[in-house]
Amino acid sequence: MHGVTAFADRPLEDQIAQWRAYVRRRPALHGPDAEELEGHLRDQLTALTEAGLAGDEAFLVAVKRMGSLDALSREFARAHSERLWKQLVMAPDAADESAGTSYTETLVVIGLAVAAALAIKAPALFGFPINPDEELQAFYFRNFSLFVLPLLTVYFIWKRGSGVASALWLALPFAAGAVFANVYAFHTPSDTEKLTALHLPIALWLAVGAAYVRSRWFAGGGRMDFVRFSGELAIYYVLIALGGGVLIGFTAMMFASIGMNAAWFIFGWLLPCGAMGAVIIGAWLVEAKQSVIENMAPVLTRLFTPLFTVLLLAFLATMAWTGSPINVHREVLIGFDLLLVLVVGLVLYAASARDPQAPPDFFDGLQLLLVVSALVVDGVALAAIAARISEFGFTPNRVAALGENLILLVNLAWSAWLYLSFLRRRGSFGALERWQIAYLPVYSVWASLVVVLFPPVFGYR
Amino acid sequence: MDMTKDLVAASATPLVLAILAEGDSYGYAIIKRVAELSGGHLQWTDGMLYPVLHRLERQGHVAAKWSASETGRRRKYYRITRDGRAQLAAQRQQWQVVDVTLRGIWMKACTA
Repeated sequence: MHGVTAFADRPLEDQIAQWRAYVRRRPALHGPDAEELEGHLRDQLTALTEAGLAGDEAFLVAVKRMGSLDALSREFARAHSERLWKQLVMAPDAADESAGTSYTETLVVIGLAVAAALAIKAPALFGFPINPDEELQAFYFRNFSLFVLPLLTVYFIWKRGSGVASALWLALPFAAGAVFANVYAFHTPSDTEKLTALHLPIALWLAVGAAYVRSRWFAGGGRMDFVRFSGELAIYYVLIALGGGVLIGFTAMMFASIGMNAAWFIFGWLLPCGAMGAVIIGAWLVEAKQSVIENMAPVLTRLFTPLFTVLLLAFLATMAWTGSPINVHREVLIGFDLLLVLVVGLVLYAASARDPQAPPDFFDGLQLLLVVSALVVDGVALAAIAARISEFGFTPNRVAALGENLILLVNLAWSAWLYLSFLRRRGSFGALERWQIAYLPVYSVWASLVVVLFPPVFGYR
Repeated sequence: MDMTKDLVAASATPLVLAILAEGDSYGYAIIKRVAELSGGHLQWTDGMLYPVLHRLERQGHVAAKWSASETGRRRKYYRITRDGRAQLAAQRQQWQVVDVTLRGIWMKACTA
C-alpha cells in the first residue's frame, strides 16, 4: 500500500515506520486516522525534499509541523468521544493517579454501598418492617428507587468533583420524588400506586444522568456515555444478581441442613440489602473496570438484533398467513410496550457502539428492518387496541401504556426515517445518534407526569 | 504575527468549510490553501486540522471518502454537504457581525 510512494531514502522510510508505530500506540488514534496522518506526513516530506531539504531534515520539519502527539490524540479523543469511553484519555490524571486515590474511591464506594444497604432497612425502625412471612408493603415499592439512586448520585458528584451548588440542584428531583411518592393517599390496591413505583426510577434516572455527565449534558457525547453506562450497569447488575442467587441458594441449603430456617435473614437482610448495595458496586465496576467486559451491551445488541428481526418477521408472516387477530387482553398493550422498549434499546446500543463515520453496512440495513417490522407489529397491535378501547374505558394503566407506546412509536418512526436516509447516503449516522440522545429526557418527563399527575387525575385508584 | 489559540480554533470551522466550498479537497491541500490565503499568517499545527475535519464529518457538515490519490496511495477526500453549506452561511453572518463591530470601534479610535 505504501510501496507506491516509498521514499528512495531508506533511513527516511525507517523513520516514518517508527513514527507510525508511535502514532499507533495512541489509543485515541485509530488505524484509518494514523493512515490519514501518515499520508499528510508523506505529502509534506515530498514537498520539503523537493524544496531541497535532506531526508532527515525534512522529517524533523514535517514531524514538528504535525504537532505534539499528546495534544493531537487529545483532540482526536475529543472529536471521537466514543473512543474515550474505552480509553479514558480525557482524564489526563488517570494515568498518574496514585494508588492512594483509588484506595479512597474503594472506601467511598463501600461506604455508599453499606449506606444503601442500611437505608433500605431504616424504615423498619419506623414501623415498616420487611417480613418474609408477609407481602412487602406498598411503601417499599413506591420508594425503592429513593433508597439507592440518591447515593448513586452522591457517588458521581464525588467522583466528578461537582460543587456543593450542583449537589443541591441534584437533590431537588429526589426530594420531589420522595414527596410525590408518599404524599398521595392511594387506595389499596391501587393501579396508580403501582404506576408510581414503576415510573419514579425512570424519572429519577435523569438526575443520575445529570450527575454522571456533570456539565457535559449538551456537549462532547456526555449523554451517549451515560447511555453506555446504563447498559453496562444493567449487565453488571444481572451478573451480580446471578452470583447473589447462588449465594442465597447455598445459605438456605446449608442452614437447612443443620435444621435452621434462614428465611428471615435471606428475605429480611440479604436480598434487600444486597439488591441496593449491588447498584452502587455495579456502577463502580462499570466506572473502574470498563475494560474487563467493555462494550458488552453492543455485543449483545449484535447478537440479538438479527434474532429479534427474525421473530418479528415470523410473527407478521404468521399473522398474515393465518389471519388470526391479536387477542386484546390486559397484558397485550404492556407486552407491546416492552417490545418497543427492547427495539429502542437495540437501536440505542447499536448506535452507541458504532463508529459514526463508517459507511452504511449490512448491519445498518438489518437495524432498519428491525425498526420497521417493530413499527408494523406495533401498528397492528395498536389498531386492535384502539378498536376496543371505548369498550374498556380509560384506566390509568391503559393511559400510561398508550402514552408510552406513542412516545416509543415517535422515536422509532423518526429513527427509521433517519436510518433510511443514512442508508441512501443522504444523511449521516450522527443524525440518528443525535436524535436518540436528544430524545432521552422525553422518557423521564413522561415518567414524571405519570408520577405527579396520574394519581390525582384518576382519583388514587 | 502570533494569533491566539482561541482565535485560530474559532476560525478553523468557517475556514475549512469555505475551502471545501471551493471544491473537494484533502488534509494536506487544505493546510496549504490556508497558508496561501492568509499569506502565511495563519499557522496551524498540521495535525490539528484532522480532529476538526472529523468533528465536522461527525456533525454532518462534511462527508469523506477514501480514494486513490495521484501518487497511488489511499487518501481521504472531504466534500462539503448541504448542512455544511448552511453552517458556513451561518458562520459567515456571525463573523461579519464581529467584523463590522470591531471595524466600527476601531474607526472611531482612529478618528478620535
